Amino acid sequence: MKTLTGAQMMCEALLAEGVDVMFGYPGGAIMPFYHALPEYPELRHILVRHEQAAGHAAEGYARTSGKVGVCVATSGPGATNLVTAIADAMMDSVPIVAITGQVVTSLIGKDGFQETDVTGITQPITKHNYLVTDVRDLPRVFKEAFHIARTGRPGPVLIDVAKDVQNARGVFEYPESVDLPGYKPNYDGNRRQIKEAANLLNQAKKPLIMAGHGILLGHASVELREFAEKTGIPVITTLLGISCIPEDHPLSLGMPGMHGWVHVNRAIQECDVLFTIGARFDDRVTGKLDTFARNAKIIHVDIDPAEVGKNVITAVPIVGDAKRVLENLTEIVNANEHSEWLNHIRDIQATRSKRQRDPESGMFTPHHVYAEFTRIMQGEFRVCTDVGQHQMWAAQLIEYMKPHTHITSGGLGTMGFALPAAMGVQVACPNEEVWAIAGDGGFQMNLQELATVVQESLPLKICIINNGYLGMVRQWQELFHERRYSATPMWSPDFIKLADAYGIPGVRVERAEDVAEAIQQARSTNGPFLIEFVVEREVNVYPMVAPGASISDMFEDPSEVEIEDVVAVK
Amino acid sequence: MFAMKHTLVALLRDQPGVLNRSVSLFRRRGFNIESLTVGHTETPGISRMTLVVDGDTTSVEQVIKQLYKLIDVLKVSDVSQDPNVTRDLLLVKVYAPPAKRSELMQLADIFGAKIVDVVPDAMMIELSGSPEQLDRFVDLIRPFGIRELVRTGCVAMTRGASTVSGPYQNQEFRAA
Ligand SMILES: Cc1ncc(C[n+]2csc(CCOP(=O)(O)OP(=O)(O)O)c2C)c(N)n1
Repeated sequence: MKTLTGAQMMCEALLAEGVDVMFGYPGGAIMPFYHALPEYPELRHILVRHEQAAGHAAEGYARTSGKVGVCVATSGPGATNLVTAIADAMMDSVPIVAITGQVVTSLIGKDGFQETDVTGITQPITKHNYLVTDVRDLPRVFKEAFHIARTGRPGPVLIDVAKDVQNARGVFEYPESVDLPGYKPNYDGNRRQIKEAANLLNQAKKPLIMAGHGILLGHASVELREFAEKTGIPVITTLLGISCIPEDHPLSLGMPGMHGWVHVNRAIQECDVLFTIGARFDDRVTGKLDTFARNAKIIHVDIDPAEVGKNVITAVPIVGDAKRVLENLTEIVNANEHSEWLNHIRDIQATRSKRQRDPESGMFTPHHVYAEFTRIMQGEFRVCTDVGQHQMWAAQLIEYMKPHTHITSGGLGTMGFALPAAMGVQVACPNEEVWAIAGDGGFQMNLQELATVVQESLPLKICIINNGYLGMVRQWQELFHERRYSATPMWSPDFIKLADAYGIPGVRVERAEDVAEAIQQARSTNGPFLIEFVVEREVNVYPMVAPGASISDMFEDPSEVEIEDVVAVK
Repeated sequence: MFAMKHTLVALLRDQPGVLNRSVSLFRRRGFNIESLTVGHTETPGISRMTLVVDGDTTSVEQVIKQLYKLIDVLKVSDVSQDPNVTRDLLLVKVYAPPAKRSELMQLADIFGAKIVDVVPDAMMIELSGSPEQLDRFVDLIRPFGIRELVRTGCVAMTRGASTVSGPYQNQEFRAA
């Protein structure tokens, strides 16, 4: 029988799992793996400039492709640099496998050079993790890791492999199946509960569907649409649920929550049944919990039993896979129309949309940029956003038509996410137009990845919304901290020159009239392109629910903000 | 009876870090754990953890569901509502000059405790029983002067022929 080194086994395992690309950064403790890599040309390795970016790129890849993303780092600082991305993947249930090198077994626990207890560090932020100290465990561990990452509620799994294990030799037999008696995800919702949900939905006068990331992760967009169309129930999409239903669909209402739309939050407060699938009632969605959806019976579908009943009291809990549960429900639920209810919500929307969507006169605001985006692109793009005001505007103002076209860091809110995640998205979709949209702050958190973009010839389009501030924090300071702009005004380098230094062409846009042309120029450029939009400095994201307030209390422009009230609930 | 305290029994695969994972989970989620014991079971490779949680400050259902999310947790049962035997083990070293000794020995006798060590002015007593029994015993001997005291925390087993180790997966709380 043929024997392999541990490092070769790792490569074989990756191949067996259908991996064709990984994002990583070498170092002492992972060198045997990198030594083996050239023997496996099917495994494309993308060298990032910082391990955090490797993690986010793996996430971007996973979030778009539906496959498991893989990132690799050495021990110690390499591994700790992955931590933020792993936490991000955990919060957003993204299937990634992080492979790290570890010091040799005899040094573990002795504070060896570049030793960190990365399995200890990542225990609370991984779905599961492993430290491999025996080469015989490698095949089983890889098999289990990929299985755990991609099944049930997806999530990050870390495999820490001691360097001597990578060098050791052993017989490679990849297991066909896993034996994890403590891990049996439940895919089929309980029949009785599904029936109960159908009854509740049949009787509802003002039902509402809240669709979350679970729809996208469970590839249930089609099923969601069929269900909504049969029942005539309007759909709201959480930040991570965006793009699970085409936004021009007559039943699609938009986003709820802190920066959601007034008509959407109003619908939540008025609805009698809130049918939530694959969303976890994050505080950014619910606002003050005890006033949230107070007239509604809640049906909650989630693959993770621990989510059901965690934050809100549910009338009907269903533990199962979004796709299967929706299929079963669609079969038994009555066809219906809720035109009166829908019209009522649309009426609320109509009285407000103008004020919310129109940029204030004479100013060059991000609203112009996003409006042009939507107009020019006609839904044919994928967008990765960073974190901050531009992220909320991108969620509010751009129209997404196809699943997995809006990729963002929702749960952790990780600045620096957009550029590396977009690299992963572009790798997953080499022939599509991928845009990274970041603020001037967040862009500077991982801008070193411009080099990776060039080295790998990724044709991605980068858009910086430069308002000269850490905008979202400045907004909070303006509203809740007496306008004390502490540490939020931000100097930036000349982004166009910077891009130029990396060999990336770009333009700066300072007037609304020039937006369309710049976008067109980016699109027609073969290869990466950067646009810096220098926008009005102090524009705020509205509507808004103050942190800790009820979603019934939204304000739509600064004149409505009563600072004392806001400070009181903070 | 209002079960303020809940006794949970969890079966775990003996994998590296499994205890740390559980404890870290309680800390992270802010669960208030009163006592926790772990030891071997009748099946090699499987450990049994007994947990007592304060059901007033911690949602027992969430503890169970979160525990199930750990890959190496096979089964979790809340045995508080079932007739069960719960035992805690106590070792206590009491100040016991010769004049007090017989009184102490009488007390020990009433509680079914054992004297496991005697020196001229101290005595070590061992007692196992329900946590409440142990509390009462400690209250009674406190006036003598306690020099050192240690308790193991609870272990529990339901009465009757059925066992918690039955089928590992509990339908309601399957892992995801
Ligand atoms: C890593 C990290 N550090 C800090 C924050 C806190 N934070 C949230 S939004 C924000 C401001 C973002 O500013 P910028 O990137 O310029 O985007 P803008 O809000 O102006 O669109 C900050 C600092 C964060 N989310 N992530």
